Amino acid sequence: MNEYQIAFAGIPLIATASGALWWATERVLCVSDLHLGKSERIARRGGTLLPPYENRETLGRLQTDLDRYDPRVVVCLGDSFDDLRAADHLDAESTQTLVTLMAGRDWIWIEGNHDPGPMGFGGTHMRELSLPPLLFRHIAQPGADREVSGHYHPKKRITGRGRSVLRPCFLIDQKRVILPAYGAYTGGLDCETPVLADLVGPDAVAILVGKSVAAVPA
Amino acid sequence: MRWSPPASAGAQVSFPGVTAYIRAMVTLPPPFQTWFASRGWSIHPHQQQMLDRSGAPTLLLIAPTGGGKTLAGFLPSLIELSEDPADGLHTLYVSPLKALAADIKRNLRTPVEEMGLRIRIEDRTGDTSQTQKKRQRADPPHILLTTPESLALLTSYEDAPRMFKGLQRVVVDEIHALAESKRGDQLMLGLARLNSLCPGLRRVGLSATVEDPAAIARLLARHPDPCEILNADPGPDPDIAMLMTDDPPPWAGGGGRYAIPAVLDEVKKHNTTLIFHNTRAQAEIFFHALWLANEDDLPIGIHHGSLAREQREKVEAAMVAGDLRAIVCTGSLDLGIDWGDVDLVIQVGAPKNVKRLVQRIGRANHRYNAPSKALLVPANRFEIVECHAALEAVKEHDLDGDPRGRGPRDVLCQHILITACAGPFEADTLYAEVITTGAYVNLTRPEFDDCLDFCATGGYALRAYDRWQRLMQRPDGQWQLRDPRAVRQIRMNIGTIWDYETLKVAWKGRGGGGRPLGEIEEGFASTLTHGDTFLIGGQVVRFEGMRELTVEVTRRADKEPKVATFNGTKFATSTQLSDRILRIFQQEDWPDLPEHTANWLRLQRKVSKLPEPERLLVESFPHDGRNHTVVYGFAGRNAQQTLALIVTQRMEEEGLHPLGFVATDYATLIWGLDPLQNADPLFDPDGLREGLEKWLSGNAVMKRTFKASAYIAGLLDKNFPQSARKSGRQATFSSDILYDTLHKYDPNHLLLQITREEALRGLIDFGRIETMIDRIGGRIDHSILDRVTPLAAPLFLEPGRIAIHGSGTERVIAEEAERLMMAAGLAS
Repeated sequence: MNEYQIAFAGIPLIATASGALWWATERVLCVSDLHLGKSERIARRGGTLLPPYENRETLGRLQTDLDRYDPRVVVCLGDSFDDLRAADHLDAESTQTLVTLMAGRDWIWIEGNHDPGPMGFGGTHMRELSLPPLLFRHIAQPGADREVSGHYHPKKRITGRGRSVLRPCFLIDQKRVILPAYGAYTGGLDCETPVLADLVGPDAVAILVGKSVAAVPA
Repeated sequence: MRWSPPASAGAQVSFPGVTAYIRAMVTLPPPFQTWFASRGWSIHPHQQQMLDRSGAPTLLLIAPTGGGKTLAGFLPSLIELSEDPADGLHTLYVSPLKALAADIKRNLRTPVEEMGLRIRIEDRTGDTSQTQKKRQRADPPHILLTTPESLALLTSYEDAPRMFKGLQRVVVDEIHALAESKRGDQLMLGLARLNSLCPGLRRVGLSATVEDPAAIARLLARHPDPCEILNADPGPDPDIAMLMTDDPPPWAGGGGRYAIPAVLDEVKKHNTTLIFHNTRAQAEIFFHALWLANEDDLPIGIHHGSLAREQREKVEAAMVAGDLRAIVCTGSLDLGIDWGDVDLVIQVGAPKNVKRLVQRIGRANHRYNAPSKALLVPANRFEIVECHAALEAVKEHDLDGDPRGRGPRDVLCQHILITACAGPFEADTLYAEVITTGAYVNLTRPEFDDCLDFCATGGYALRAYDRWQRLMQRPDGQWQLRDPRAVRQIRMNIGTIWDYETLKVAWKGRGGGGRPLGEIEEGFASTLTHGDTFLIGGQVVRFEGMRELTVEVTRRADKEPKVATFNGTKFATSTQLSDRILRIFQQEDWPDLPEHTANWLRLQRKVSKLPEPERLLVESFPHDGRNHTVVYGFAGRNAQQTLALIVTQRMEEEGLHPLGFVATDYATLIWGLDPLQNADPLFDPDGLREGLEKWLSGNAVMKRTFKASAYIAGLLDKNFPQSARKSGRQATFSSDILYDTLHKYDPNHLLLQITREEALRGLIDFGRIETMIDRIGGRIDHSILDRVTPLAAPLFLEPGRIAIHGSGTERVIAEEAERLMMAAGLAS
């Protein structure tokens, strides 16, 4: 199974195995926390030299989703770049890919804590986006409703038949959807961690993504 | 001093042609003669030989525990320093254990003080205070006692040339233990560095009894210098037997709890007993059970590498003071700390390796020329056969061991970074220095350049880091760090032991920062939920939660504990022992074995078969909701693991949904969702060879190997400075992602090459499986049964289970998700 149907704020949405949220009726595709340029940023700051292929991988995944859903609007939910200089220094090949992906559709860059300002790419740069009935922002706010956010990179552990697997996941309750990180070089935060567990209601559901999708109580 | 050919002093000199370094019988200076006499001692022949040859560039002494090995190593230094006590470092002593360095310091200070010599002796390990460390660099002692990691750190400082100036001798203790691991490779690269800094530096290695001393000599010597091997009198054969108990060992299981009454009886009969276990988890369980049965309140302690330093030091101090009657321990006490009055060694669980067994037995009775006393406690009935085979091997002096391969290049990468920390370097000079190291003698220049390029640019096909190189070449051709601040990060990550992620365990305290207890594996920690209990340091503790990266626990002994899985060394049973066992199986009956064990083998023969050398036995049966298949290849752990990887891949292709496997030296146990109906196609030789190619491409063992090499080579950092730590956990990601990415976009990258080499080294050449295939010649016996067989039962308790992330995982997730949603009333 590569998609999971959910009803949120009275509208049908699809959680994909790749970690994107697809709003079919409005043809809006939402992805969060791409963290493009992560390896470049680490190297620049004198850290280790990670394999510089995460942009290729992340944009390749995005390409596949765009080919499949052909969205009218793409919402990047913040932390699209690992920092603002990473956006300026994006390699030529990735820049070219990104420009091609953006062509012919509305592209919204929501501000994240890693990329809190405008970047030299096209599209619209916003702090938040309201597409009624949904509200898109990077970090979930306590008490918000109908909110779609990212930031936390939620992960969920599932155990069965002596096997324990930790997978990125959507975290969903009545009032909010928190997206998994879409970028290749991203870790995650277990849903059990208080900061995440306290954010969602007791009836929250985690939708595990990766090779397949599966929903479990969060 | 006069140089002359060797006097015939009864020495067994392995390189009789090398005579230039041998002085005539050196007589002890008067203070030393007086000191020996006051103790009623005379110098051992091998101590005299070491003294006579003290001018040699490299010497290797093979001596049993208690043979005065350490004094033999230090005597030349003490004499030289007594004649010329000039300031500065004279002798560097390196041992694999911090505790050993501290112990030697104590033991060495006694003669120095009693002879009134003005020799400064200090140790330097991870436990030494910062102030002390700074002072040692500015004003080094005459004799510095340290570990390979601390030495690597010392060579990374810009002032290393000044600190090591005038260094005369380096003594590597317990070199047999270091020679088996990457720590030894790192040490030898460090010694190459020291030899460049101090051209006259002489090397001395001290080793326990080993099967191939020449191999260790080759590692130790600075190529192409010669290395003389001196053999001390090995002493009398040990007094060793299997411990007979009223109750037979269990059918399966580890730990030997059944033997606790008998073990307690032995403890009472002896002054001090060391009770060795093969794993830390087993030591914990045994200690807990022993304590519950200890009605006489005998003072008994526990010691293993996952315990906090404070805990270990307490036990060590009590032991030295003679306050303990027994210590339950693991490999952490394998090496030569002198515990004084140990008169019995008990080995619980099959010894797995004859050489290590002999070394452990040597821990009992440090009096030279008295036989050591030891008892083997088989943990289950299979181990009775193993112990029986091991006893035979000890009697026949048949030691075992596998040859080491070439020096690993991940260690070399770290060495290059360490070198860069000390200052700019010439590539030519560094290469010339590296190939003086035994393990790297055959390293080609292109191979070296690949490592240098990896350190400088990451070595990727996509040249992404030209602006942000880690090392850059200066106009004069020398290499240096681009960002001098990187030294801190590199120094924090020095070391070659990165097998598993571990988390600290501490008592939950008010306001945090409770007393530390030890460490557990991250994988085990992730299975704990609030209220779970586990054993550590012999206590049952309750999991309260995580505080950053510390596991917080409270005292709570009211629940049956889960058992912590530690990152303790897992011994592989040697091939020689495996062969002996296979031969024992072929006997018509087993009059030498206890009746219950003979009955068990008879039962296996009745319900299934006993493995034979010329055939391959495969058993399939359901158990605990899963289908299991056992392959008795007797090809050694590594080959059995390779076999498992290939076979499970083919099972995956056939839709059998394998979930995981565990490999031992004799067998592989595979479990999955669907039963295996026909074993023949799985073991078809051509299919197996083809499978190897696919196997190399991606699997859990490769990822685990990659992770370790990525840490060592400096691609991943394990430790971060405090300032970088606040970014939080979602900033770190799994090394598996890097492996997958490299594999997809840069399959020829150096680190993947290293991973392949490591995997073939760790999992051994496919040749071992080829040998097995030839041996069985297509003769496969597939027994399909309805339950676990007697011989298979112990496999269920083997540590080191490896999960297969194939279609079986997706099915488990789907099933579990459905069940959980149903249970929560959320299913549609």
